[in-house]
Amino acid sequence: MTFGTTDKTISVLTYTLFALFALMCVYPFYYIIINTISANDISARGEIIFYPRHIHFQNYLDVFKIPGLWNATLISLERTLLGTLLTVGASAFLGFMFTQEDMWGRRFWYRFTILTMFFNAGIIPWYLTMRTLHLTNNFLAYVLPAIVAPFFIILVKTFVESTPKELQQAASIDGAGLLTLFFRIILPISKPILATVAIFAAVDQWNSFQDTLLLVTDSKLFSLQFILYNYMNQASSLSTMVNLQNAGSTAMASLATKQTTTSIRMTVTIIVVAPILLVYPIFQRFFVKGIMIGAVKG
Amino acid sequence: MHTQAYGRRRVSIRKFLYILPFMVLLATFAYYPLYGWVYAFFDYMPPTPLSHSPFVGLKWFRSLVENPVKVNQLLQVIKNTFGISGLYLLFSWLPMIFAVFLSEIKAMRFRRIVQTVTTLPNFISWVLVYSLAFSMFSSEGMVNGLLKQLGLIDSPVLFLQNSEHVWITMWMWQTWKTLGWAAILYIAAITGIDESLYEAARVDGATRMQAIRHVTLPSLLPTYFVLVMLQIASFLNNGMEQYFVFQNAFNKDSIQVLDLYVYNLAMGGGSYSVSVAISMLKSLISVVLLFSVNGLSKLIRGESIV
Repeated sequence: MTFGTTDKTISVLTYTLFALFALMCVYPFYYIIINTISANDISARGEIIFYPRHIHFQNYLDVFKIPGLWNATLISLERTLLGTLLTVGASAFLGFMFTQEDMWGRRFWYRFTILTMFFNAGIIPWYLTMRTLHLTNNFLAYVLPAIVAPFFIILVKTFVESTPKELQQAASIDGAGLLTLFFRIILPISKPILATVAIFAAVDQWNSFQDTLLLVTDSKLFSLQFILYNYMNQASSLSTMVNLQNAGSTAMASLATKQTTTSIRMTVTIIVVAPILLVYPIFQRFFVKGIMIGAVKG
Repeated sequence: MHTQAYGRRRVSIRKFLYILPFMVLLATFAYYPLYGWVYAFFDYMPPTPLSHSPFVGLKWFRSLVENPVKVNQLLQVIKNTFGISGLYLLFSWLPMIFAVFLSEIKAMRFRRIVQTVTTLPNFISWVLVYSLAFSMFSSEGMVNGLLKQLGLIDSPVLFLQNSEHVWITMWMWQTWKTLGWAAILYIAAITGIDESLYEAARVDGATRMQAIRHVTLPSLLPTYFVLVMLQIASFLNNGMEQYFVFQNAFNKDSIQVLDLYVYNLAMGGGSYSVSVAISMLKSLISVVLLFSVNGLSKLIRGESIV
């Protein structure tokens, strides 16, 4: 639409404000990235603000010398892969099953599922229950509770309901059983919505912090998010440790590549955020689609 | 006839059996924890198991209103919860305004970039937000470095260890993280507005601001109403992650919201029973709130939210 040019000032003001806020959203990431690849001594003095100086990548090799970081990376990857797979599978199946009008107690079980979005017992009762189920210090605690996810089930159900009924009917007349119908018809046509669910589920798994905090004391099961939180407080002792290791092996580390509190903290931060930064621009449209469909009531 | 009905019933039951394992999972992780509420009625001190703990009835609930120390603490926590949730509610229109003005921008490239960039923070964890905050605002962070270089300060400003303005800073981080994402719903709604309404407005000689006021905003109000209702329903549920990562010895008094307080009581202080008692009250009040706003919505719009 076009209106009179009387609102020029407002125009300029909106552009400026949006540009400013966009900058605020992206600059912290940029700031940390340029600091991890700059000379560590300059970076520690807080002098890297606009562009990197004396670029090197030693930090990214060094942080993996911290005991536990590599293991935590694996744990985070495992829970993300396995958790996403199970959540997407279950959401697809349940979303489809809840469209089956002749299922016994369909309305009740659907409500039973959806209600959990609005109500929970609270974090401590949940913790106490998980303990009685022996799900503390247990990898399964990362994936089992996430399998049945009401929001994703709503997304799939809404999608399946929007597809032509004739497809399912035709397959049924051809003698396809329920599972054949699901695997041969429903899964292929639901691909777009399942991609959305997958991306949401993966981000949730990768970002999850609270379950480790509550349920895990065994450092072999620590996730990357949890380790980053711990490192925030221990960065200075960790940097000393890495420096000692380096002093033994390679030639004398120069000041530029010697680990500092800042370099350790920032490099780990980038490792934890990297998957999101890489995946997000590619899949942004899936995220957007998710919230649009979710907005339509289930 | 009889066998046909029987067959249909069998199919119906079989379909249910397919979803049964999932319903068991859901019951275990979403409903069974309700049983954890019984801890509120016992004097539970780990490692003594619940079966050997003395039953104390409503002792913990009474202590919440009778024990002066506890009452004071709880009042402060409730004040924090109301303060932070209240701020959030007060500015609940921000995403709508964000969307309205973003949609006014005609340079599509600029618009897309702004939208992509501002939704990004929603997808990083609170631990990462804290790490970014630390890099920017700690005593050796970027902001203090810059201020020092400009000669504006001699000693670093302790932004993160500040006990003042905690509610506002927490609201600001929350807004930084979620504003762009929350705006998407409204952007979608704006795309759906009939273009002819704007044409008519222009024929009538409306300025851009008048078109926004009389066409765009009224079309967005139903969405806004639903979101505000949901926000009221979750007034007591701030979640604990944000406040947990940002809490320190200096800001603890003004950052403890109910969810964090419940966690600190149990996992920090070992007072499981009191913590469960508070948790239980909180859940019950939240349910009442949800039903109230749902009823209100039915009354006003003739449509339920849930």
